[in-house]
Amino acid sequence: MIDLLILVAVVLGIIAVSKLISILGTVSAVKGENSYNVTDKENRTQARLMPVFLIVYFAFIIWQVVSWGDRVLPVSASEHGAIIDELMNITWIIIIPVFIFTHILLFYFAWKYAYDKNRKAQFFAHSNKLEMVWTAIPALVLLILILYGLSIWNDVMEPVSADEEPIEIELYARQFDWTARYPGIDGKFGEASVRMIEGVNFLGLDSTDKESWDDKYVKAEFHLPVNRPVQFYMRAQDVIHSAYMPHFRAQMNCVPGMITRFNFIPTKTTAEMREITGDEEFNYYLLCNKICGAAHYNMKMEIIVESEEDFNKWLSEQNEFLAVEGNSKDNSSEELSVPESDSTQTINEEEEQLSLVEKVN
Amino acid sequence: MSATHQDNDFLFKYIFSTDHKMIAKQFFLTGSIMGLIGMLMSTIFRLQLGYPGESFAFLEPILGSWAPDGVLTPDKYLALVTLHGTIMVFFLLTAGLSGTFSNLLIPLQLGARDMASGFMNMLSYWFFFLSSCVMIASIFVEGGPASGGWTIYPPLSALPEAIPGSGMGMTLWIISMALFIVSSLLGSLNYIVTVFNLRTKGMTMTRMPLTIWAFLITAVLGVLSFPVLFSAVLLLFFDRSFGTSFYLSDIYIAGQALEVDGGSPVLYEHLFWFLGHPEVYIILLPALGITSEVIATNSRKPIFGYRAMIGSILAIAFISFLVWGHHMFVTGMNPFLGAVFTFTTLLVAIPSAVKVFNYLTTLWKGNIKFTPAMLFAIGLVSTFITGGLTGIILGDSALDINVHDTYFVVGHFHIVMGLSGTFGMISGIYHWFPKMFGRMMDKNLGFLHFWTTIVAAYGVFFPMHFLGLAGVPRRYYANTEFPMFNEMYDINELITVFAIIAAVGQIFFIFNIFYSMFKGPKAPQNPWRSTTLEWTTPVEHLHGNWPGELPEVYRWAYDYSKVDENGDFVGGDDFTPQTVPLREGEEDLSH
Repeated sequence: MIDLLILVAVVLGIIAVSKLISILGTVSAVKGENSYNVTDKENRTQARLMPVFLIVYFAFIIWQVVSWGDRVLPVSASEHGAIIDELMNITWIIIIPVFIFTHILLFYFAWKYAYDKNRKAQFFAHSNKLEMVWTAIPALVLLILILYGLSIWNDVMEPVSADEEPIEIELYARQFDWTARYPGIDGKFGEASVRMIEGVNFLGLDSTDKESWDDKYVKAEFHLPVNRPVQFYMRAQDVIHSAYMPHFRAQMNCVPGMITRFNFIPTKTTAEMREITGDEEFNYYLLCNKICGAAHYNMKMEIIVESEEDFNKWLSEQNEFLAVEGNSKDNSSEELSVPESDSTQTINEEEEQLSLVEKVN
Repeated sequence: MSATHQDNDFLFKYIFSTDHKMIAKQFFLTGSIMGLIGMLMSTIFRLQLGYPGESFAFLEPILGSWAPDGVLTPDKYLALVTLHGTIMVFFLLTAGLSGTFSNLLIPLQLGARDMASGFMNMLSYWFFFLSSCVMIASIFVEGGPASGGWTIYPPLSALPEAIPGSGMGMTLWIISMALFIVSSLLGSLNYIVTVFNLRTKGMTMTRMPLTIWAFLITAVLGVLSFPVLFSAVLLLFFDRSFGTSFYLSDIYIAGQALEVDGGSPVLYEHLFWFLGHPEVYIILLPALGITSEVIATNSRKPIFGYRAMIGSILAIAFISFLVWGHHMFVTGMNPFLGAVFTFTTLLVAIPSAVKVFNYLTTLWKGNIKFTPAMLFAIGLVSTFITGGLTGIILGDSALDINVHDTYFVVGHFHIVMGLSGTFGMISGIYHWFPKMFGRMMDKNLGFLHFWTTIVAAYGVFFPMHFLGLAGVPRRYYANTEFPMFNEMYDINELITVFAIIAAVGQIFFIFNIFYSMFKGPKAPQNPWRSTTLEWTTPVEHLHGNWPGELPEVYRWAYDYSKVDENGDFVGGDDFTPQTVPLREGEEDLSH
């Protein structure tokens, strides 16, 4: 591919140089014909290129749709996501014909009305009727889109009520990893603040607050039960991050100094999604989608959606904050020990990131 | 003003000139050089995106420690992305575009001797020049230039611990932008005053060419929005240097909790986008104004719906102040506000649609001359449609949730703002080059330039929509860390190849400019057979623009192919200059 690139560059370079020489030639030799007035013949050539370009442009788009169409995100894995996708499809249905129609007009007119010295352009300066038409029609179409879009927006952003028994999860972002915290048996998150961050307590949980004792937190991957509302609370420790879960059509920034929220209902387990996509390795991801520093591109967490049963089992295997804090005090270890089933993987990743940061510096 | 001694003095003629035509050329050259640097930066980071981690030996001697072993480092990748954005948006498409054409055309098309204040105009350029120097200098300081994205959101931009570029480089970024804003304000105020006060006899507001309308409203946008950016970066400066916390709260970084409390980064986002969105139209409106002029001239037809065009410029300008929140749907802003901003945002589509249909109707039954300027103007209509339509998706808050900050956005704004802005600017250069330099550009190089540029440009930006719909975030150093992006590598490679072709294609343009500047054939009085006043001035520049009396204007700027009751052209030719008096009984289209 590199070779091809160099080839393209060289070919273009040669064309450029040869062109230059030819101009130098014409300018000095033929003083009679100037190099700026477009001749009728050239004008016709350019006019013919108009529909050619239109066809090439459309063909390029169709080629992209055919060859990359299956690479866009698979069917939504959340309840509201399906509704958003529907709005997206309707918007495409409106946009694409407008795109095709206006482009055909643009390049057709350009070709059709190319200069002809035997023809006069029509002096046509304004028409209130026409202008009303193309003000009113877009206005009407947009009004419908706005109303439809807003009703969906309001539904999506509506917080989950306690009656729906949501799973509550705090997503904690810092350079350059994610942590997910579950409230534990009491169903309440303990107080936390960056001012209480110390040693193993990297989330800054308040160890004097009883509600924090049973909190559980995990890195590298977190689990969600299928078909149950999840209420996320986002927190950031250092700079703005953004919790982006594209398969669930979910995104919310994590902003230092405030807690942001998002909620959704996962509707497809990881196993189901693997079947739908035909990809055995498929996984849901949480990405960082707000520039946050050198390793921004590598700030991720896997999301496992599973049955409520499996979820409960998994959650029960995770350590409580008190246990983590206690252990670390017993061993008087200053190092981060990560309370998580698959801890070796996490530590490896952390080392990777540390080495990356060192490399960067 | 003593014009005589200035003419003979090299220093005052070429350097500290107060002549609007020379200042326009200064803006043009400085802006274009900045644009070239911005474009080269993009090809370097495109290499990394197309071939992540691959070693390009030639990068090491150019970039030094930024690319050890020929591989760009992650934080310098972000530095390049940040500077590319800053340079293209502000230095090329704001100062380069408005600075060149507002300066050149406002006095010439209005029939004025010069700008209202030649001295302020000179200061405007020199502040811009200083600002450019500081921005370029920031590349060489320790820690590198600003690296937090062109939007420089704090806390990333406020804390040197967060990214090396937020040290000295960020300070220089802020200083550079402060100078830039001073330059922009001096220029804009001058443009506004000139348009309102120095129109020649008979040049009523509704006889002004659409270029002038566009420049005027652009200047108003600049005056109203740039000061807000100034306050935003000033507060950021305080946070960085004096320990205030306007934007900072509850931060733990580099092993310690900072003594900051009560600020909010969202405040910065509001202030930034209050400029940031009108800024899009500060770029677009001049480009659209130039296009209106070029399309009418080369279709040999009046621009269709002159008044509707003015109306839509005004409507777009007004609405542009009410839509900034659509950049912030997922920042944690109150969802109700999101709903309001969705409503106002989608309203922009209405005047935009009017403009597109008016362009199409102008072409209809025209008699089209495909000069290079005309080709780029047609290209602009295409990019304006393509990029504008995806804006309907991004402006809809519910849809924005999932494409926000992905490559879908990158594709969208590069097409609608980047390409439309540059196409408008390039079109203007081909069209008014004879007025700037007294010589003609080569048409064949122009044709080559257009076709390589439009093909390569769509090749770069169209595929980005697919990346975005696959969830690929912007500002990622590489897409190698997520298995879900593994199959995207060939799309990225294709984009990179087209980016290189696009960059190489600009050689045609650059060569054409420099060659024609010195060796091009001498320009005739009115090469495109235009109606407007700038073509009544002598080809050789002189102070005060017109040797004798100022011309008087009797009609609007668009009497192309106007026929009398017998079906003959008014005045015997397919264009009737604005200086030709109305015949008895002839309809004046400006009233």
